[in-house]
Amino acid sequence: MDNLLSIVTFVPALAALILAVFLRGDDEAANRNAKWVAMFATSATFLVSLFILSGFNPQDTGFQFVEEREWLLGLQYKMGVDGISVLFVMLTTFMMPLVIAASWNVTDRVKEYMIAFLMLETLMLGVFMALDLVLFYLFFEAGLIPMFLIIGIWGGANRIYASFKFFLYTFLGSVLMLVAMVGMFADAGTTDIELLLRHEFAYADFSILGIQIVGGMQTLLFLAFFASFAVKMPMWPVHTWLPDAHVQAPTAGSVVLAAILLKMGGYGFLRFSLPMFPVGAEVLTPLVLWMSAIAIVYTSLVALVQEDMKKLIAYSSVAHMGFVTMGIFAANQQGVDGAIFQMISHGFISGALFLCVGVIYDRMHTRDIDAYGGLVNRMPAYALIFMLFTMANVGLPGTSGFVGEFLTLMAVFQVNTWVAAVATTGVIFSAAYALWLYRRVVMGDLIKESLRSISDMTRREKWIFAPLVTMTLLLGVYPALVLDITGPAVAALVANYDTALAAAEAASQIASN
Amino acid sequence: MISADLTVVLPEIALAVYAMLALIVAVYTYKDATASLLVLITAGLMVTLGAWIMVHGEGTNVAFGGMIVEDGFARFAKVTILFSAAAILVMSEGYMRSRDLLRFEYPLLVALAAVGMMVMVSAGDLMALYMGLELQSLALYVVASLRRDSVKSTEAGLKYFVLGALSSGLLLYGASLVYGYAGTTLFSGIIETAQHGDVSLGLLFGLVFLIAGMGFKVSAVPFHMWTPDVYEGAPTPITAFFATAPKVAAMGLFARVLHDAFGNAVSDWSQIVALLSVCSMFLGAVAAIGQTNIKRLMAFSSIAHMGYALMGLAAGTVLGVQAMLIYMAIYVTMNVGTFAFILMMERDGQPVTDIRALNMYSKKEPGKALAMLVLLFSLAGVPPMLGFFGKFYVLRAAYEGGLAWLAIAGVVASVIGAYYYLRIVFFMYFGDESEEGIDQGGSPVLWGFLMASAAIMVLGIANMFGVEAAAAAAAATLVN
Repeated sequence: MDNLLSIVTFVPALAALILAVFLRGDDEAANRNAKWVAMFATSATFLVSLFILSGFNPQDTGFQFVEEREWLLGLQYKMGVDGISVLFVMLTTFMMPLVIAASWNVTDRVKEYMIAFLMLETLMLGVFMALDLVLFYLFFEAGLIPMFLIIGIWGGANRIYASFKFFLYTFLGSVLMLVAMVGMFADAGTTDIELLLRHEFAYADFSILGIQIVGGMQTLLFLAFFASFAVKMPMWPVHTWLPDAHVQAPTAGSVVLAAILLKMGGYGFLRFSLPMFPVGAEVLTPLVLWMSAIAIVYTSLVALVQEDMKKLIAYSSVAHMGFVTMGIFAANQQGVDGAIFQMISHGFISGALFLCVGVIYDRMHTRDIDAYGGLVNRMPAYALIFMLFTMANVGLPGTSGFVGEFLTLMAVFQVNTWVAAVATTGVIFSAAYALWLYRRVVMGDLIKESLRSISDMTRREKWIFAPLVTMTLLLGVYPALVLDITGPAVAALVANYDTALAAAEAASQIASN
Repeated sequence: MISADLTVVLPEIALAVYAMLALIVAVYTYKDATASLLVLITAGLMVTLGAWIMVHGEGTNVAFGGMIVEDGFARFAKVTILFSAAAILVMSEGYMRSRDLLRFEYPLLVALAAVGMMVMVSAGDLMALYMGLELQSLALYVVASLRRDSVKSTEAGLKYFVLGALSSGLLLYGASLVYGYAGTTLFSGIIETAQHGDVSLGLLFGLVFLIAGMGFKVSAVPFHMWTPDVYEGAPTPITAFFATAPKVAAMGLFARVLHDAFGNAVSDWSQIVALLSVCSMFLGAVAAIGQTNIKRLMAFSSIAHMGYALMGLAAGTVLGVQAMLIYMAIYVTMNVGTFAFILMMERDGQPVTDIRALNMYSKKEPGKALAMLVLLFSLAGVPPMLGFFGKFYVLRAAYEGGLAWLAIAGVVASVIGAYYYLRIVFFMYFGDESEEGIDQGGSPVLWGFLMASAAIMVLGIANMFGVEAAAAAAAATLVN
């Protein structure tokens, strides 16, 4: 199977095409068919993607399953995975069937809904597999279109504002990256990521309009990529689109956004910013670390005062992504390993939390925390599952949330103790908002009249949560599942980063002598 | 010798002779009753000539002592012009007939305009340039005011005429200055005089006036004022025509003058073109935000797009010209599809231009709405549509031409511009059904053009149907 990655990527798109062309009508049967086609396609994608995982050799730090074809303008169609990307591919294919299953109650324009999600899956997978700059950009940006439609068509009351904000915010971030890509193309003469990783971009200081640029071109390129990934991540202070988008998106949209789309930013840092512009990254590391620490504390505090459940979880996502950026820019083995682990684990946990909100939203059609209380009396199974993921979100040992936070904190402690100290307080705040949310929604007596007849989770809902519960606990007690795959690739990345910095240091020593 | 010269301009002669003969025949026979037939014959002839040029054209042929240069660049532009003009003619037939606008002069005026455009892109001399430009412009002034009983249409025609005459005056004044200081009107002679770092002030003035005149024709800011009014006032098929073929011709002319006549003084005009480019991109992006009339919106959109095409020219390199040609080819294809959609926008048989009428269009006609969605994202330059690749080419050309600031300005403007394309998507997909919509159905011809254009935007990303290589070859013949 030479083109396994292309098959995995384009099976959902093919299913979307089949739906678009062959499925007619708007009746019950057509809707059911659309759901089943989407379910079948995403499940098939997951099963095929298991071949990638089983055929993947973690000891090989290069790219595997590489496919290469000529394309326009000296660009290539090149796909491949390495230890850093392969788990994101698996996360995506794993989450999508659950997302489709969680959308079983959609009644409005079901066919278009399924097409949008299937296209989104293709584009997300493409982002993690692309080994050509422009191909990466293509998938990265194109993902905005289905997400824009998902928020805009199936979203909540204020969906128009949220969808425009989402699109324009992320678009503005990304176009700067496009200019940087054009610059890299001009400088290195290729857009092949594999070759660019070995290319050394100039880092001699120069000045523009009288402003001294330390780290030269690398710093500028880093900043351009940073603009894109920081918005996507999202990092404080450019995170404001995320709460709006999350609150207005339908449940499934929120799940995809939190579980997968946010990871693109972190993946981008690992694929481009750190290995390609080490000097630029080094120059700006203190800034990024402090931004992460501020994000962790500030958004945790903001989460404390939220009235809307989804908004609370959205802010908690921003805080957790703060741990990720902190780990990445600590740039040591624990940090990067921890960041990847945190992203994978956050994919399961935040996805599950949004699904938890979706469960009660489907019943009561409100996300106000005040509208709930004492659900444990009527919904014991729900209370149990919600508690598990609340604890995982807090980072309780034994759940996957703990491993990532611990690794990143330990990593950053070696690099910058103050940042670690500030970030650690965020762990306490996260316990505060998460537990308080749980208390207000689930615990206590059931005094609200409207909740008297609320029913517990259905069999379908329980089955959606089962894989997520399994993964959260499994990774919590046996993190080697992830770390064994990422370890060698991360070690190579960190080693290259240190070598590049040492070389730059030596060069500047020679220059100053 | 004269026969060799005539072979070079055979396509132009064929089209011109056809137009005049058809005019006579129609006048002496059934007049407007022949119009539908003439539209089809004209379009057919244009496609045939375009295909003939594509297949038979070879090498660089110079005619009339250098007045006409028929090279790869000219052929690329001519093929684009002829195909797009033919497409617009076919598209407009139904619309014009149902509104009683289909006069037999219409296809013939378009044919004559096309002759003018073909001369423009292969001009090798300032006089040939002016001849082509005027032939094109005069035909366009007339078709702009084709709807004689409409105040808006006649206003559009008059406005276009007065401002067009002014710009022709500027251009002529520039041409006379250039002639005065270079001693020749031949581009091949001017390029000898206008060496880099050694351009006399008079020649520079002449160049600036020429650029101003041509800037008017491509509707680059600050010479754009006529565009929204003319686009709005003219009947929609005429607007569609204005937005496509004449723009390609004017861009081709622009490139030819700058490279053939002033190719040794790139640094002298590069900044001017860069300024026109950045102003056009920003004005086009910002001014369209408030528009609800889709024709005015498309006018500002085309101003912005001309800004991107000029970005390629500003680079002053082979890659720049190639990027410009590819950009124009993609732009024309997108606009044909978009205008096919606009032509279908009607309510009770009356044309509708308010974008709010598209409320929830996606529920009524999912196929057409999806095609339009593709075209709008392509116009906005969002990947994976072909429009993104057009932008990518010009950005790369600008960056490698040392204009990184222009590339950054361009992408920022494209984000602002994305807003108004998204707004149309918003009306089509997110609106509510309360307001009165537009009629369903529409002519199968328009439907075909819309779908074909959208399909090209998606499928073209595989290999661009070979346009890339053709544009590269064309650009290489212009810049040496």
